[in-house]
Parts: sequence; structure tokens; C-alpha cells
Amino acid sequence: MSIKISDGQFKDKVKENLQDDFMRGAVSSAQDRLRFRRLETAEELGNWEEWRSHGEEIRKHVLENLDYYLQELSENVQKLGGHVHFAQTAEDANRYIEDVVKKKEAKKIVKSKSMVTEEIGLNAVLEKAGCEVIETDLGEYILQLDEHDPPSHIVAPALHKNKEQIRKVFAEKINYTKSNDPTELARHARETLRSEFLTADIGITGCNFAIAESGSISLVTNEGNARLATTVPKTQITVMGMERIVPTFEEFEVLVSLLTRSAVGQKLTSYVTVLSGPRREGDADGPEEFHLVIVDNGRSKILGTEFQSVLQCIRCAACINVCPVYRHIGGHSYNSIYPGPIGAVLTPLLGGYDDFKELPYASTLCGACTEACPVKIPLHELLHKHRQVIVEKEGKAPISEGLMMKAFGIGAASNPLYTTGTKLATKVMKPFMKDKEFISKGPGPLKEWTAIREFPTLKNERFRDWYKNREGGDKK
Amino acid sequence: MIQQRETFLNNIAAALGREVNKTKKPERNWKHNPQAVTLTDLSQDELVQLFKAQCVNIHTDYVETTAAELKAELSNRVDMYGGGPISVWEDERFDTYGLGVLLREEWPQAGVEVNEWDIQKGADNIKFAEKANVGITFSDITLAESATVVLFSNGGQGRSVSLLPQTYIAIIPKSTLVPRMTQAAQAISKKVQREEAVPPCINFISGPSNSADIEMNLVVGVHGPVKATYIIVEDR
Repeated sequence: MSIKISDGQFKDKVKENLQDDFMRGAVSSAQDRLRFRRLETAEELGNWEEWRSHGEEIRKHVLENLDYYLQELSENVQKLGGHVHFAQTAEDANRYIEDVVKKKEAKKIVKSKSMVTEEIGLNAVLEKAGCEVIETDLGEYILQLDEHDPPSHIVAPALHKNKEQIRKVFAEKINYTKSNDPTELARHARETLRSEFLTADIGITGCNFAIAESGSISLVTNEGNARLATTVPKTQITVMGMERIVPTFEEFEVLVSLLTRSAVGQKLTSYVTVLSGPRREGDADGPEEFHLVIVDNGRSKILGTEFQSVLQCIRCAACINVCPVYRHIGGHSYNSIYPGPIGAVLTPLLGGYDDFKELPYASTLCGACTEACPVKIPLHELLHKHRQVIVEKEGKAPISEGLMMKAFGIGAASNPLYTTGTKLATKVMKPFMKDKEFISKGPGPLKEWTAIREFPTLKNERFRDWYKNREGGDKK
Repeated sequence: MIQQRETFLNNIAAALGREVNKTKKPERNWKHNPQAVTLTDLSQDELVQLFKAQCVNIHTDYVETTAAELKAELSNRVDMYGGGPISVWEDERFDTYGLGVLLREEWPQAGVEVNEWDIQKGADNIKFAEKANVGITFSDITLAESATVVLFSNGGQGRSVSLLPQTYIAIIPKSTLVPRMTQAAQAISKKVQREEAVPPCINFISGPSNSADIEMNLVVGVHGPVKATYIIVEDR
């Protein structure tokens, strides 16, 4: 899997996902729960706005000084006896990792959840090289067993699946015989995966934040799988997006405090693990060899542009959990491993407008995402900027938008046409009215809107007439 | 070994529209500093109360005891979890708190298998921890806000002890309690600035492992321990 999940048009994906009642129910209840827990833990912390502002200034500072901090990080990793590979492209990162795997003659690789390895399509490369690659985060494990079903949320990847579907997958693939109770299912995964951890040659992880001053990487998890992947196997490979770095432990702490609250409404997750280099003399566990792969893969093209602030992202998914569009269409509709508002901003930048020009339109510009973001990325403004770029520079606005704007332009430019048009509107719309309040199966441009939700009917009195007749109007 | 750094960093500097900077430490003039006033006005007793209340949220049993009672409490908890085998750190604090006799005499005499981490045994330590029913460590720093034990793992303090056994017990000297992660981060950062070695693995652990990946139902106990107890003890 690379950043793009599959072929197929945005519109078709939306149509398909709108039919999935379980998914839509699961998404809305997950959103409500995660949003509520975020607000609760944010309030408990107190001064939340201060924390956000601090998070924002830290992330901005890091981006402005990224070369320095990456230099410092890599020097320190080397001092600790680790290897650092800077990879400009996905292919370069994959090639390096494949080389390490071949040198180690590794057969079995355990992985803990990592978005950047999904982005570069690492698993496919390693599988092609003859390795068994096992995802060990429970959600990712379920998806992998189910014929590599793509993730639909960056924190809860299997959100779209129900427990009965999961039971069936387990029964088919890993000899599961018990009920669809989540605890029983999870315990079975624990047993099955435990033996994989103990026999794996290499552990591959992502990185929440690297810490420049000490040459450390960190993993923020609940299940303990990332700890297992970095405790037992002899070799550890950590892959990080180049912007996921902080100067010192003090900034690290601030961002972790923002991340765990914003992602899952926890004060801290069960495990926050900070790893500095390979095991040392006298250690009996931990990896003997440590490789850090720092990935650009299009990020430097965002630096220095009007979209730079998107690189402040700490992958908490708070924006996804408040987005009304995500709520209705679910994660798969975005056709990107990064869904929701952050995905709609980031995906076209990393994957190009050709494949993802619709995504910036999958937003109501309501600004809920911007308000939720713990590091104050102006997400809805960036979505709006994308639309400007698409229309002005790329000439790739969706055709329907072009036609509608043209028609509106003609109608609005001529006073008699506009007056007649607005007067006629109520009458024209009458056949489509479900009752007096809502339109349910609208024509033309309203069709797609009203296929899945209702549109308020037009009032009998036009705004212009109401304005003219109101008390104290301009023509008393 | 560091590979392909030069072009990579040059490329970043070019995008930022300036010369590459590899040597001049950027100044960090933060305008905001909310962590300086978060929970910093609480007394030691209030921190204990905060810690205790948070244990409920993270599904962790809380035991408060004196140094004199610690041995009996620890023995009780291990019995409650179904006995051995027991995996523990090599740590002089076990002796400071009078637990050496339990580890090396009482438990073995009662037929309970105990493995004190021994670097001479190499990977066998991992194998033992994997079979163990209970893992026991001390807490190096303890965070009241999130009910977190911070473990510095190196040498005799293996990472596996708090991870591989079925259940986990942390012994927490009261004096290790600080308000929140801020104070732990400051302490570690100071070590770095003094050019002291930071341990290869630092874990911030808050309760047993868990997951909500199946229909957002909370499952306590996934890959790490399925149950956890904190024993907070008056200092000796």
C-alpha cells in the first residue's frame, strides 16, 4: 500500500461507503466518544489554549530549524552506536531497509503501527523479498489478516469493522474458536502474536517524536506491541517522517501531553517509550543493532510554501474526530492512508493533485478541524488554499463546480434574470419538497446533496422582499 | 554510520530559503510555558491523592503501605495474582526495603520460582520473563497526574520484566512522586546537558496494556501485562 489505497473515483467511493450502515454508525459513535474524551481531558489539564499555543510554537520552531535538529539527532544516534540513513524518496527508504533485511538474512519481521511505512509501501517490498511481515497493533493485525483491508482512521485503523466480521476473520485465518467478545478476541491475538515476537528477526517501528539532544526515538502506545518489537528481536529499524522531531525532552513532554489527550483522551497512554540507540554492554534485552531511516518523500516540497504549517501535524486525528464530512463518508472514501481534514490537506501535497483533486472539496470549511488541532494548524484555511491552487493554477476544478459557477455568474450579473429567477425558485422546487421544511430528492446540483441528506426548502418570501418590507427597512 | 545526510539537509535549507545550519544552536524563546504552573502547587499528600484517584481510571490496583509492611503486602499481591514464577530486576532497592529475604529465601523455599535479572544469563532472562506470572520493578520517577511509573532500563534493570509477564507490580517509594511528566522530562534533560548517559530504554508506564481497536470497546490486557498493581511505600 502506498499513500493511495486503491484505484477508483472519489465519487464512487463515497457512494459505496454511504451504503455501509455499520461503518457510518461506528464512525459517528467513535467520533462522539473521542471528541468528548478529548474535551474532558483538555479541560482537566487547564489552560488548554496556552498548551496549544506552546505546541504550535514548538512545531513551528522545529520546522524553521529542521536542518539543525536533524544534524544533531543523527550525530547523537551515531555516538550511541546506531546507523542513520537519510532517504529522499520512498524507493530509497525501502531499498535501504531491504538491504538491512537481506544482510541479516531475516525471515520474519514484526511491525508496530507506523503511518510512514504505510506511506512508503514498505510491507509489499519486504514481502516481495521473501519475508513474512507481521503487523502487531491489534487493529492493523485484523486488517492484515483480512486480505490487507486498508485502514480507515489513523489512530483506530479497523474502526469500520464490526466484531462479528473480526471473529470470522480470526476463525478463518488463526484457528479462533471462541465468541465475538472483544476481550476473547484480543486475548487470542495476544497468544498468537506472542510467539511471533519471540521468533522474529527484526522489529520495525515508526516514531512519534525523535529527541535531538539525546539521539532518541519515542513510541506512544497502549497495547505494548511496540515495546515487544523493540525488546526481543536482535535488530530494530525505526522509520520516521523527517519533521517528527523535537529539540529536547522538555518539548517532547509538551507534545506528548497534547498528543495523548487529543488522540484518545488519555492523560498518558499505557506506554510512552523512549529508546536511545541499541542495547549497551551489560544489557540482556533490546536490539543489538539499531537503524534509523529518516524519510523526506515529498515533505521538503511543502517546506517554505504556504502549506508549511501542515508539517506541524503530530498525527493525533483530533481533526478527523470532529469532521462532519468524515462522519458521513468514512475513512475509505478519501482513498488515502491519511483521511479526514489532515488527509485532505496532506494527501494532495504528497500524492499530487491528479489523483486527489477532489479531497479539498470534501470539506464544509466549517473550521471544526482547525479548532480541534492541538498544534493550531489552520486546516480549513489550507483546504481553501488548495481550492484556489486547483482552480487558478492547475485548472482542475470539478466540472460541475465550473458549470454551476458559470450559470450563477450569468444569472447574478443580470438584474432582471436574477429577480425572476429568485421569484420562481420556490415554485420550481415544489415537486421536490418532502414537506414544507425539507427537500429530499432534489434536481441538478442538489441531487448529490439530497441523495443522502435533506436540504431546507426555499421560503415563500425572498430575502430581498423581506428586507424591503421589514420594520425600519431602507424604504420606509 | 550516517548516509546521504549532506544532500538531504541542503535540500531542506534550500526549501527554507537559506544556507544550511548544522552548527549554530537555534535559540528557543518560548512565549508560552503552561507546564510551569500545572499541578505545581500541590503538597506531597495532595499528589498522593491525585495519583490514587487516577489509578481507578487506568484499571490499576492501588496499595499504600509502610516500609515495615511492604514485604507482607508484596507477598499478598503475588498470591492474589496466582503466585510465581516471578521475574524481578537486579536492584539494590529490594534489599534496602528488606525484600531480599523474600526473593532469595521465602519464595524459593515455598516452591515459587524467582529470577533476579542476571546479565550473565543473557537471553535466558527474556525466556524466564516470558514464562513469568508476575514481574516486579521499582519506580524511578512517579507521575501523580497520570499515575505513571517511569522506569530506567539498562543492565540489571531489563526491559522485559515490566512487559512480558502476565501481571505487573511496581513498588513506588513515596519520594519518587512528582506532579507530572514535566518534572521527569526536566530531570532527564538535565542529565543530557550534564553529558550523563541516558539509559537506552526509558518507559513511562500507566497501568496494564489495553486496546480499543475492536468496536471501540476497551480491552484491558493486550500484548503487555493484563493486570497491574502499584504499591506506594513510605521511604526508608
